[in-house]
Parts: sequence; C-alpha cells; structure tokens
Amino acid sequence: MPVILEFEKSLYELEDKVRQLREFSRTNNVDVNHGIQLLEERIAETRKQLFSNLTAWQRVQLARHAERPFPRDYASRLFTDFLEIHGDRRFADDHAIIGGFAKFDGEPVMFIGSQKGRNLKENVRCRFGCANPEGYRKALRLMKMADKAGVPILCFIDTPGAYPGVGGEERHVAEAIAVNLMEMFNLRVPVICVVTGEGGSGGALGIGVGNRVLIMEYSYYSVITPEGCAAILWRDPSATPQAAESLKITATDLLALNIVDDMVPEPLGGAHRDADAAAKMMGESLRKHLAELRKLSPEELRTQRYDRFRKLGRFEENLPTLPAAAKKD
Amino acid sequence: MALFKKANYTIVTPPQKKEIPIGLWIKCKGCSQVIYRTKLEENLQVCPQCGFHYPMTIDERLAQLVDKDSFQEVDADLTSIDSLNFAGTGVYPEKLAKDQKKTGLKDAIVCGAGKLDGSDLALGIMDFRFMGASMGSVVGEKVTRLTELATAKRLPLVIVTASGGARMYEGMLSLMQMAKTSGALARHHNAGLPYIVIMTHPTTAGVMASYATLGDLLLAEPGALIGFAGPRVIKQTTQSELPPGFQTAEFLVEHGLIDRIIHRAELRRELALFLGYFAGSLKAPRKAKAS
Repeated sequence: MPVILEFEKSLYELEDKVRQLREFSRTNNVDVNHGIQLLEERIAETRKQLFSNLTAWQRVQLARHAERPFPRDYASRLFTDFLEIHGDRRFADDHAIIGGFAKFDGEPVMFIGSQKGRNLKENVRCRFGCANPEGYRKALRLMKMADKAGVPILCFIDTPGAYPGVGGEERHVAEAIAVNLMEMFNLRVPVICVVTGEGGSGGALGIGVGNRVLIMEYSYYSVITPEGCAAILWRDPSATPQAAESLKITATDLLALNIVDDMVPEPLGGAHRDADAAAKMMGESLRKHLAELRKLSPEELRTQRYDRFRKLGRFEENLPTLPAAAKKD
Repeated sequence: MALFKKANYTIVTPPQKKEIPIGLWIKCKGCSQVIYRTKLEENLQVCPQCGFHYPMTIDERLAQLVDKDSFQEVDADLTSIDSLNFAGTGVYPEKLAKDQKKTGLKDAIVCGAGKLDGSDLALGIMDFRFMGASMGSVVGEKVTRLTELATAKRLPLVIVTASGGARMYEGMLSLMQMAKTSGALARHHNAGLPYIVIMTHPTTAGVMASYATLGDLLLAEPGALIGFAGPRVIKQTTQSELPPGFQTAEFLVEHGLIDRIIHRAELRRELALFLGYFAGSLKAPRKAKAS
C-alpha cells in the first residue's frame, strides 16, 4: 500500500484509472490506447501543476514521506565498499546515526548519515531518526578518523531532531552537539552536508557544519518544527501551515538566505517516486562540489568553512542618528 | 424543615488586606517568607533566608563582576531586524520594541572588555528578560565578535549565560548562530586561551548546545534550570516520569556534566581565582597546536 499525502490524492486517482483501463483492455481485448494517452497527459499536467505550486507545509510533508529514500538508500546507490563503523567508545552504538568508510566513484570518503526506520521495529531501534549523544560522539569520532586519513566527509541529514529523553540529558546531549559544532571547524578535509529529508534544528546541525551545505528540493531545514512553532507562538495546532510558511524552511527560501549553498533537484513528484533518479541527481551534485573543494588546501578548507558560517546573520549596525530637530528653511 | 433550611446566601467579609507598597516587600519564591526589597538588592538578589537566587540585571552583574568603571562595552549598537518578515509585518518588531523599552537594552546580551581585580577579561552577560534571552543574529554576532576580540587580544573569555534557546522569529538565521559562535570559540581554544561559562537560570536549548557548553569551565548558579530539551517535551516523548531535580544545576553536577555550583556571594572571588590559575595561558602563545 503506497503512502499517499492528501494533496497527492488526485494524482493517484488518475493513475488508478489508467491501471483500471489497462486491466479492462487486457481482459476484454478492447483498444483503449487513446484514452490512456489522454489520461497520462492529464497526469503529467496535474503533477506539473501540483509540484510547481507546493506550499511550505506540503514540502514538509514530502520531506517526511514514509517512502522517501533515506540516507542509507542514497549511500547504497552511490557508494561501494562501505564498511560501517560502530559505537562512540564510551557508552553505546546509536542507530540513529550511522557511518563508515566507503568509496564514491572509486575514491575513499567518510559517509555519515541519519537513519530512520521503515517499520516499527526499525524505528524503535533508531528512535525515528532522533539521535542520542552517542550518535553525535560516534559521528565526531568518524570525522576525526577521516581527517587523519585525509578523506572527504559526506554527511546526509534526515532527522526530526535530537532525541528528547532523560538519558540524553544525563549524558549531555547539548555538549555532544556543541563539541561537534566546534570540532567540525577544525577539520582539514572537505566536508559536504546534504539535507535529504528533515533538517531538524540542532539535531541536524550537529553533523551539519560543512564547506558546502546542500539541500534536496523537497526537504526542509528548520530551527523548530512547524508544529512546535505553531504551539508556542500561535498556541494553536491549526496554525502549523502558517508557521511552516513564516519560518522560511523550504529549499528555495534557504538558498535565498544563504543558509544552503545549492539545491539538489529531485525527480518530478519527489524522490520517493524514483529513488534511483534521485540518487543520480544527488551524485552529480556531490561530484561537482567535491571537485571544487578538492582544489583547496587543508588550511583553505578550514578558512572557507569559517568564513561561510561567519557571515550568516542579519542585523542593523551604525544606524545614522537623526538630527534632534528637523531643520527648517 | 425550616430548621435545616439552607440559607440562600452568606455574607463573607473579606479579610482586610494590609496595604503593602508595591515593590517594597516581596514574597520569596523559594521560602515564601516576606523579604524587604532593599535587603534583597544588598544581598546580590539572593534571599537572605533560603538562598534563592533571583535574576540580576546586566548592570547589577557588571557591578559585581568587574572593577568599577573598567567595563568598556563593544558592539552596543547592533540591532535585530525582522529579516524574515515573520508572520506578517510588525509582529517581531513590536516584540523587540516592547522588550527594548522594558529592559533599556538593544538585545539580550551586553558584551565588552573589563578588569577583574586588575586583570583584563572579555565579558558577555545575557538578560533573560529580553525575549527570554533567545539567540538571534544579534546575540550570535555579538558573542562571535567578543570571542574574536578575546582571541586577538589574548584575553580570557567569560560569558554569563541565560537563554530559552534560538529566536524563532529569525528562523534558520538563528540556528546558524550556534555554528558561528562555536567556530569562533574553536579559534579561541586553539589559541590556548581560557573560556569560562557561568550558567544562570535558565540556560537551555540552542545556547546550551553551542557556546554555553564549550567552556573549559562550566560553572552554574544554585537552582538554575539547565538543559537541552524542555522537560515537557521529554515527558511527552518518553511517556515517563522525570527524575527528581531533573535539569537543575545540582542534578547536572551530580551527573558530572558541569564543574561547579557557585553561590552568588562567592562568584566574584572564585572567578578571579580561576582566572588567576589560567594566567599562564595568556602570555606568549605556546606553540600553537595546528593553529
């Protein structure tokens, strides 16, 4: 059973009709090609219409789509020779963040990715992609390993946020994230971070300090979930779509704000309609940015990463002070 | 029977409230005793009976922590703007204007350089009264500039934190301040310089997951709420009871997450002592570790 979002319904209904027609023509030996052709044209038209006018909230829903490819789905399509590395050497192996050495176009990389589950059992194991402190500490351990090996780091981010639990607080999740933010500025290898689905606040940023930060077309990256924002600022869950709009969290909004450097296009209808095509588009983007970053020296990479984040923020300064009284002629 | 008939109404004379001039006396949040406000002010806003720590204004903090007339504020004119035009025009600017009026501050942090017992330091102080000391572009930029100043002039850095987290009205621009401030602190640490955090009530979320936990020393005031996720969110997500004293300074020190709780009366003395122990780091930069 495919998972169908409310706004996708009309599309799926049309596709169903095509399927029924085909079935009908097969069983009754009637030629309905013309009808099918007309319907398919309409499907293409509807899809184009639908996806060129998505609201921020619809994009959030696509980013959270149950069938959306997860970081490991991209990894398995893009990399070879993946060797997973486990644990933070202190407490546990967090299943919400996975990683290890792999090869991309035959060249070694360090892959680090959030992990969501496809079923309840998997989701219990990885807490729906919400990492504990151990996940961030494992990620940092792998990044330092990559730094030592002189291997570029690719972080694929798809998390609702860090896991809000008693254990996480007792083992200092805030410190784990903060240390990652600080230490990622010290890395002397190229770091590319891609938000592939949900970019959930500090939990996403904890593996998100890159020389390049990319976002896939139907992903979002936000300081708070639209639901959380609606609850706090509007005190009304029905304000969620409005909150999603206001927070400026879509790929195009974030490009305009320079929060992300590039948008990775997705196949029409979203990555979940064609994971192979989506992975191919992501591979092309990674290839391009990696080639640019490989030209920089280790020191240049650090400086570039610092400067990239240093200029983020908007405020006013040195406002011209108005004369006390307006001059009169 | 008439004997048991309920009266339709009773006249209750309310007890005459004693006229207390507003603001002269306050009922302590910690021990419910009535305290004379002047007593509280003289006692660094700490209840003389139970030791409950009340919030201090930035001016009061400065008076306590730096030598008289030594503090030189920097970047005082940085002002927040409604860069996202959040939820329609005027919403965020109105909140800013209201809190600017209430606190006399431009935003939630004041930064500068001063002296403590004659020794130089870079100091930032946050004020929770200004929009819950949330971190937007201005707070992030000021912390970053202060850190860069401390690195350039080889000064120890001290930040008195309080925060409800990132400022939602600035969306992702506010989240990026976590990375920006941490980047500046990486350089300060790489230069071998000391950074001390003093966590006050409450220090949470985005500030907690960036510059508030990156100090060489993490000090806290008694009873301060300190944590990453909100207790309500944790309770909802995990569907379990929270342990007693969860996310208090005492809980954190018990779990080995922060270094020391300091009563406000001792804060200046202990801060000066700590900075003294670090004095060796301020002189010539030792052979930088991979600068």
